[in-house]
Amino acid sequence: MSAVAGTTPENLPVEKQSLPDAVRGWWVGVRNGELGALPIVVGIVVIAIYFQSRNSHFLTAGNFVNLIAQASPVIVIGMGVVFVLLLGEIDLSIGYLSGMGGVVAATLLVPDSNQWSTAPALVAALGAGVAIGLLQGFWFAKVGVPSFVVTLAGLLAWNGVVLQVIGNQGTIVIQDKVINGLANDYMSNTLALAVLVVSVAGYVVQQLLWVRRRAKAGLPNVPWSLIGLRIVLLAGAGLFVVLWADTDRGIPYVGLLMLVLFVAWSFILNRTRFGRHVYAVGGNAEAARRAGINVDGIRIAVFAISGFMAALGGIILASRLSSVDTSTGGGSILLYSIAAAVIGGTSLFGGRGEIRSAVLGGVVIGMVANGLGLLNVAVGTQYVVTGIVLLAASTLDSLSRRRTARAGRT
Amino acid sequence: MSGQPLLELKGVFKRFGAVTALNGVDFHVDVGEVMALVGDNGAGKSTMIKTIAGIHPLDEGQILWEGKPVAIHGPKDSAALGIEVVYQDLALCDNLDVVQNMYLGRETLSSFRRLNKADMEKAAAGVLKELSVTTIQSTRQVVAGLSGGQRQSVAVAKAVLWNSKLVILDEPTAALGVAQTRQVLDLVKRLGEQGLAVILISHNMSDVFEVADSITVLRLGQNVAEFKTSATNQREVVEAITAGELHHVPGMQEEVIQ
Repeated sequence: MSAVAGTTPENLPVEKQSLPDAVRGWWVGVRNGELGALPIVVGIVVIAIYFQSRNSHFLTAGNFVNLIAQASPVIVIGMGVVFVLLLGEIDLSIGYLSGMGGVVAATLLVPDSNQWSTAPALVAALGAGVAIGLLQGFWFAKVGVPSFVVTLAGLLAWNGVVLQVIGNQGTIVIQDKVINGLANDYMSNTLALAVLVVSVAGYVVQQLLWVRRRAKAGLPNVPWSLIGLRIVLLAGAGLFVVLWADTDRGIPYVGLLMLVLFVAWSFILNRTRFGRHVYAVGGNAEAARRAGINVDGIRIAVFAISGFMAALGGIILASRLSSVDTSTGGGSILLYSIAAAVIGGTSLFGGRGEIRSAVLGGVVIGMVANGLGLLNVAVGTQYVVTGIVLLAASTLDSLSRRRTARAGRT
Repeated sequence: MSGQPLLELKGVFKRFGAVTALNGVDFHVDVGEVMALVGDNGAGKSTMIKTIAGIHPLDEGQILWEGKPVAIHGPKDSAALGIEVVYQDLALCDNLDVVQNMYLGRETLSSFRRLNKADMEKAAAGVLKELSVTTIQSTRQVVAGLSGGQRQSVAVAKAVLWNSKLVILDEPTAALGVAQTRQVLDLVKRLGEQGLAVILISHNMSDVFEVADSITVLRLGQNVAEFKTSATNQREVVEAITAGELHHVPGMQEEVIQ
């Protein structure tokens, strides 16, 4: 191999990046359309200020604790939606699929001679969600029917199944302690603090390992000051949330569940081959196929994840209401879950988005619903406002995409 | 060099129904050689590339790799030999960054099946540096934000990353402006200097004469002429493209059979 004129490969320069440099780099990214979580965080602050100014009850610990449980079904189902949207697809069945999850669990736990114990009933409900997701994913990926149509058929069919199962009972009241406790029981202060300590410690360890790996590979690292700042912010925000909630009832168990789901799905999406391939299929399916990725397999798996999260969200919803009825899974749950992912910054065009979108978007939707409820505004107005927020968020996405594309045309 | 070609095609036929796309093609490329493959539309350039890449396995004839006969039945076979193709559409994911694209489908893992991001980033940066691709400032830039020339560089670097021995470039400069064409041509030259064999498909004669060591002319699925770039001129090559002498006249064999 002959040497290339003038360039002998040497060690890469390890830039010592300072905090101002990092901030400047981030700002350049924002101006090129890589907005990240910036708009949504600004939005949350604006919404909080508005409602607080209209009703001083909005920013109280009690209402904050309510908000966690209220937003949880949309956030959980929204996490599944993020996966589907990353592929550039849509899953319209998640509303009634969540209904199926709640109804299956509730029916199996009816205290009669056929009553199941809690764990198998939960597994059956979640399993039903996965099975339906696999079926719909198969129909889309292998049979080739567009996901919109497959899941629209699912929307109708699973709605019918919910009606059939509930039958003329009208309502099934849930008496199971575990399920009801999910959204209605609260963590003790000690447990919440322990979770916080473990989470922050985990984050610190992860950051240190990351810095060490990059240093070992001779790659530039973000400055220590920035890492320290992130850790302090995380710990501070976490401590504030725990202590604030504790002045009321504390954080409901569903808050812990959401934390676990958030960490697990973020790990899968960002640190595993599967997650990388989800992004690749969403970005350019043909390129993914040529790179040897099993595109159909990824698609089917993603719809299974969506089904699983929908069923889980349905169980949480049933827990909040302690019952299921014929309207379970209907109403706004489907559209709110999709809207949550989109408002949080996940693109409908595929390939762009993160799990945190569902959390942030779900919080926004929860805040709007909660705040307008406090102001005694009619449900119609609530839908209109949520619609405007959704439109604003996706407009921002389209504009930022255009901006990124323009940045490439140099 | 041993005098033995890295890749050699002998009497290769490829038919699509009644159409004979490759009509007994002979072809060879050596280590460290930039071989331009030229010909009119429908001459069989793309078919030949796809035959080598395993997308259209050949019907008749032989492929020799480092002197030994090999069977290429699919893209995996050709990749295993060390053949990488950069198609015209580049096959990059716009939403992924440079490193992620270069390792797409072949990500390296560390413990607990986690992606080994640091090592991938280091190796990707190393390849870009080796190829003197200086226009890409950060390997963590998303491809959507890159220019056409930069994308082409990423696609080529992706092909080189896998210790490939033969890189096939399909019209790499077709959609590029002057400055970006310059970047890509320099990159092609460096591939040859690094000891890789390169097959370059191009319609642009000035590009061909600038970077190629040799030129193979295809016409109607046959190899009608081979030139050393230093011993020919554009007029001769264009003449071969339009009127090179055929070994078999299409249609003749069928008449004989009748």
